[in-house]
Amino acid sequence: MKRAISRLASEIVEDNQGAKNLYLVGIRRRGVPIAEKIAKRIEELEGSRPTLGILDITLYRDDLSTVGANPIVNRTELDENINDKNIVLIDDVLYTGRTIRAALDQLMDFGRPRRVQLAVLIDRGREHRELPIQADFIGKVVPTKKTEIIKVMLKEFDDVEAVGIFERPVE
Amino acid sequence: MTETFRKKDLLGIRDLSEGEINTILQTAESFRDVSRREVKKVPALRGKTVINLFFEPSTRTRTSFELAAKRLSADAVNISVASSSVTKGETLLDTAMNLDAMAPHVIVVRHGCAGVPHQLAKISRASIVNAGDGSNEHPTQALLDAMTIREHKGKIAGLKVAILGDILHSRVARSNVYLLTKLGARIRVAGPNTLVPKEFAGVVESGLEIAPTIDDAIKEADVVIVLRIQRERMNDAFFPSMREYSIFYGLTKKRMQLAKKDAIVLHPGPMNRGIEIASDVADGSSSLILNQVEYGIAVRMAVLFLLSGGSE
Repeated sequence: MKRAISRLASEIVEDNQGAKNLYLVGIRRRGVPIAEKIAKRIEELEGSRPTLGILDITLYRDDLSTVGANPIVNRTELDENINDKNIVLIDDVLYTGRTIRAALDQLMDFGRPRRVQLAVLIDRGREHRELPIQADFIGKVVPTKKTEIIKVMLKEFDDVEAVGIFERPVE
Repeated sequence: MTETFRKKDLLGIRDLSEGEINTILQTAESFRDVSRREVKKVPALRGKTVINLFFEPSTRTRTSFELAAKRLSADAVNISVASSSVTKGETLLDTAMNLDAMAPHVIVVRHGCAGVPHQLAKISRASIVNAGDGSNEHPTQALLDAMTIREHKGKIAGLKVAILGDILHSRVARSNVYLLTKLGARIRVAGPNTLVPKEFAGVVESGLEIAPTIDDAIKEADVVIVLRIQRERMNDAFFPSMREYSIFYGLTKKRMQLAKKDAIVLHPGPMNRGIEIASDVADGSSSLILNQVEYGIAVRMAVLFLLSGGSE
């Protein structure tokens, strides 16, 4: 994972010509620590740290009326003006693309960034996509079946740092 | 500690658990941020309908519920009784059933009689939110008071809260007593003898005390909640005159000095300046009366979201 984060960081910096004007936005929950790791690596590479923000997309989900019990709404933290910034959205896994659609809608309610890119640690493969959304920076493509669940485990939530593929439990 | 909110209606604080209260307050914190953004709207309740059915006059609460619904992208309809079929003799239940047939997701009700929201909840498919029923409860007011206290004191457990004035007629006092004692605050109520129900201490949860005088209640308090004198609910003479009330029971700058240095002052509005609260207190640095109004929208957004979002 460390190598993948490192590579994502250098690709992001290369593509944006440095850390200036760069705004990394992690999507809750697991995108947040990944964004922090990438920011730290960029600081090591460039000597300056990109701005960090947090999106909670709950209120922008398209399945709010069907998700069952009430989801917890956590805070969105975009402290700095996002207008004219180069934003990189960061999440752990790219699957159907619906989370990213929600994140894009929410971002636009906060302002008008110069451009928005997407970085993910794991891409489960284009065949799963339900919306025309692709990542600009990918840690690793892991082809999976629909019956599988991919889980990015992070020290912040799970005590270990690993990526696991599990069979979806049959209900 | 939070607990998933699964209730169909919000009728009062009395039926809520500590966990459910915490869930509402935590959700409200996220919604407060929405009202501070430039685009004050999220799509969470798109396609849902909220009806505000107010049988009593209201500016703050009705506007607050309306804005809360709109900031969640729900459609809000306001019905005030003066311009409705109620004046043509329709019964309350008929009005409610007709509105329910229009398939709203939430009906917000204010009524002068205690228990009206509970009756409507039994017959309607829509979620019912109690926006004040007689002298019984006003749950969203207590929730916004709690949010205001938590934001400024960092906690509620262990705080000393004074509630002053017309306790007898006050639904705000009742909801606040239920809520704040559930979250571990210690409450002292005080007011004219005629307006402090004697049975109060026995009926409600422990943590409540009736103070002999206003000054005793304020002493060392962290929070002072001043209630409005509800002239419209007073058919008998509960105290000789407004002037006398303000002298003996009004919150003045001098009385506030008995409270802790960093004590905060709340008032549910509308204020009777110079009667239950002096202007220099209402406009002073310890007053959070306008913060309460801001948090009111956040709390109502949280309630509407938790009742009509999520579970199907």
